[in-house]
Amino acid sequence: MGIAKIRNYHQAHWDEPVIFEMSNPGVRGLLPPEVEEEIQAKVGDVYGQLPDGIRRTAPPALPEVSQKHVLAHYLHLSQEVLGSNLCPDVSQGTCTMKYNARVNEDLVANPNFANLHPLQPDETVQGILEIYWQVEQICKELAGMDRFCLQPGGGAHAVFTAASIVRAYHKSRGEAEKRNEIITTMFSHPCDAASPATAGFKVTTLMPLETGYPDLEAFKAALSDRVASIHITNPEDTGIYNPIIDQFTAEAHKYGVLCFYDQANLNGIMGITRARECGFDMCHFNIHKTFGSPHGCSGPGTGALGMRAELAKFMPYPVVEKLPDGAFFLDYDRPESIGKIKGFMGSAGVVLRAYAWLRMMGPDYLRECAEISVLNNNYLQKKLEAIPGETTWYAKGHRRLEQVRYSWEKLAQETGVGTEDIMRRLGDFGIEHYWTSHHPWVVPEPFTLEPCETFSKDDLDEYAAVFERLAKEARENPDFLKNAPYRCAAHKNKDPREFDDPAKWATTWMAYTKKMGRK
Amino acid sequence: MNKQTIHPYIPNMVPEIKDQMLKEIGISSVEEIYAEIPEHLRFKRRLNLPEPILSECRLRQHVEKILARNANCSEYTSFLGAGIYNHYVPSVVTTIMERDEFLTAYVGESMADHGKFQAQFEFASCIAELVGQGMVNTPTYDWGMAAATSVRMASRITGRSEALVPRSISPDRLACIRNYAYSAVPTLASVTIDPRTGLLDLADLKKKMTDKVACIYFENPTYLGMIETQGAEIARIVHDAGGIVAVGVDPISLGVLEPPAHYGGDITVGDVQGLGIPMQWGGGQGGFVATRDEPLYVAEIPSLLYGITETTEPGEYGFGEVFYERTSYASREKAKDFLGTMAQLHGIGAGVYLSLMGPQGMKELGEGLLQRTAYTIGLLSGIKGLRVPVYSAPNFKEFVVNFDATGKTVKEINKALLGKKIFGGKDLSREFPELGQSALYCVTEVHTKDDLHRLADVLREIC
Repeated sequence: MGIAKIRNYHQAHWDEPVIFEMSNPGVRGLLPPEVEEEIQAKVGDVYGQLPDGIRRTAPPALPEVSQKHVLAHYLHLSQEVLGSNLCPDVSQGTCTMKYNARVNEDLVANPNFANLHPLQPDETVQGILEIYWQVEQICKELAGMDRFCLQPGGGAHAVFTAASIVRAYHKSRGEAEKRNEIITTMFSHPCDAASPATAGFKVTTLMPLETGYPDLEAFKAALSDRVASIHITNPEDTGIYNPIIDQFTAEAHKYGVLCFYDQANLNGIMGITRARECGFDMCHFNIHKTFGSPHGCSGPGTGALGMRAELAKFMPYPVVEKLPDGAFFLDYDRPESIGKIKGFMGSAGVVLRAYAWLRMMGPDYLRECAEISVLNNNYLQKKLEAIPGETTWYAKGHRRLEQVRYSWEKLAQETGVGTEDIMRRLGDFGIEHYWTSHHPWVVPEPFTLEPCETFSKDDLDEYAAVFERLAKEARENPDFLKNAPYRCAAHKNKDPREFDDPAKWATTWMAYTKKMGRK
Repeated sequence: MNKQTIHPYIPNMVPEIKDQMLKEIGISSVEEIYAEIPEHLRFKRRLNLPEPILSECRLRQHVEKILARNANCSEYTSFLGAGIYNHYVPSVVTTIMERDEFLTAYVGESMADHGKFQAQFEFASCIAELVGQGMVNTPTYDWGMAAATSVRMASRITGRSEALVPRSISPDRLACIRNYAYSAVPTLASVTIDPRTGLLDLADLKKKMTDKVACIYFENPTYLGMIETQGAEIARIVHDAGGIVAVGVDPISLGVLEPPAHYGGDITVGDVQGLGIPMQWGGGQGGFVATRDEPLYVAEIPSLLYGITETTEPGEYGFGEVFYERTSYASREKAKDFLGTMAQLHGIGAGVYLSLMGPQGMKELGEGLLQRTAYTIGLLSGIKGLRVPVYSAPNFKEFVVNFDATGKTVKEINKALLGKKIFGGKDLSREFPELGQSALYCVTEVHTKDDLHRLADVLREIC
């Protein structure tokens, strides 16, 4: 502890070729097991059974690279990534970049998990069934819900699954045709609009009041018996807790509307307040965020979907159940189920890691986790508010919980340096580029930080010191910031408009070489 | 809890640090922050959860003890497939997937996360070569989701709201498509399969392929393991009626089988799990969607797309997000379906796998699978009471075995096999009652000749 050190950092810069450029005909990286001679002799020419047009004639032009060079290439690429376990990743607000414990990776690699087939008989998978059952029990207690489904592969998927259940619920009451609208708020995650839209609902998005709080009067005006459900986050992505959330659910229930609580932002309120007491019928936890499972460059994840007992019959099949003798089984006999939303039982590795993390926490450390995350957030906020050019948007005089939506509007007005310039430059200090905001940018020049319980006071002091330096740079040498970064694995893209131009965009080497006229 | 014990994951629990921070904020307790939450919404009691296991040593022991109640596919010989495959997982792939950089990164931008973008771009590039199409997404959740996405894309492109699927499709995958595509494609009709070959019934397809049908989604190999040899005819029939051809593939077959794009497929989908990703009780999945690199198709892909470009530094590759406005991150409910955290780590792993295998490896692996499959079918066909193959079309990796003549159910047979440390094939009697007591068997390169003979010997003994 002491004076915050700003690092003289430089990321690895391997100037790595695309692996196709490393290819040399005939080089091998891995040999599949040989087929025993007896088998070969017995079956003869297996291609003989294939009619013309189905046997591949031109081999796929995959890279031909030796094993060492494949390994080195991907090690180089890995060094050109700032994983959250490497750096003070306070940056990715709304994402809860907490420490992803190594022991959990050892558990996932255990052959008694890694090498399980999902269709094995129940008696041979009692261990993983128990893990699922236990995680469900813990989620139930944290939410006050009656059942949890662990199949959705991420938060947006849980919201989609919830919307599917909403549809099934109203259909079971003969109201599916009539109830085709949902309501969400602008500071709920975009998936709270997009996932129900994918499920077929018309979406009403409510703008916040000038204070940043959701608008109860506008909400009441939007309610009717055509509304199927509300999908809303709290605290919202601004970090502001809506203290009248129960009035929203109560008003919705007057119209027979189901209430879904997007709890991607659970971290600061674990054990502090629950979905049930706020009047919700369903909720979800992003267990790849809140329960310490890694984000994997964006998945696999799990959106654990909780619900009240009367909605449980609509859950995707199969469901883990426990027999009186303590044995677990997968129940496929769910006639009112919405069906499947993901193959088998979802991202089992994420569930297993979450179990290990939750068991290392227990009731009191979970709460401690929440308390330290809001403490960290308020501490960092205090430090950042001392930096000229930074503004904490909305809700003056109110405290934020686990994250804050800030703005560089003043800095931009004064210097011309905007939030994206600062964001790029941040990488030069060994800190992940921060998350600006979901679209649209209601808050001008936004950035969103979430210093969860993982981060030490020293991390936060370092983080704030870097921001102070950046705000100073913006005043002293704005052009320098506009061309940042300089010490990351790669520089700023020359012309990002190419990504919107069909003549130039290329998501594969095949497309790139064709468009560039290269071989 | 003894509040003196500082949790190794929560450094600021130390009372002195906490006090310093509270002081800096100007409050005396975190309760002053939680005052934002009204009293009546506060959870008042202690969470009723198991006490913590604080030492890593005891935690590991605890979880390993639970996991020991599983029986795994190394200790048992497994013939289960049906969407999750026991292929060999190369050490280089697990080494890369376990790197903290890839494992713990998320949505950071392309400068400090350059390697993430490049690895994902290379994954897409390898899939592009396998399937012969120039546009590939960053992975969605799994095969079912990719298949459902292809149906919704076809509906938007054609403006039609019906789709066709073969009777032989996996019922679980169909359930996934049905739920996901419902709002765009409420009608999913089934095309019968030829009872002799097991392949799509072209006469039935012609009958059902009307101008209301957006697409057919079929699979090659089929869920029941047959190689669909009529791809070009199917494509012709569907295209003639103005429809789109979406095909699900097992990517591991594409070293030896033509990709659908070569016989008229417009959208190709599949799962990356077999490409070096551990099974993880089904958790190893990741769905890909590939199309021709044409704006008409690209505009309808809901996933993130990572593109290559150049940076301000001459000669340096840069990466970024292609056509971002398509996505729900940018356009919320006006977007093409929703987007979220999906399965990128598995895409990276699959890219490493395909880079290791190369064209020769994929060809040898595919040939070996064809050979082992043919050999196993031959071995089992000699067993009294077993009918195998059930269909005449050639098989790739999976095949149906019918046990009707044994007088035993698949359940009984699988129970007996389990006693010999064998996981028998997937019981199809619930999903395909018309097949009687049948099971779907899967062989891969992990099986040795001895494994295959032992299966035959045990089946001979119990049937």
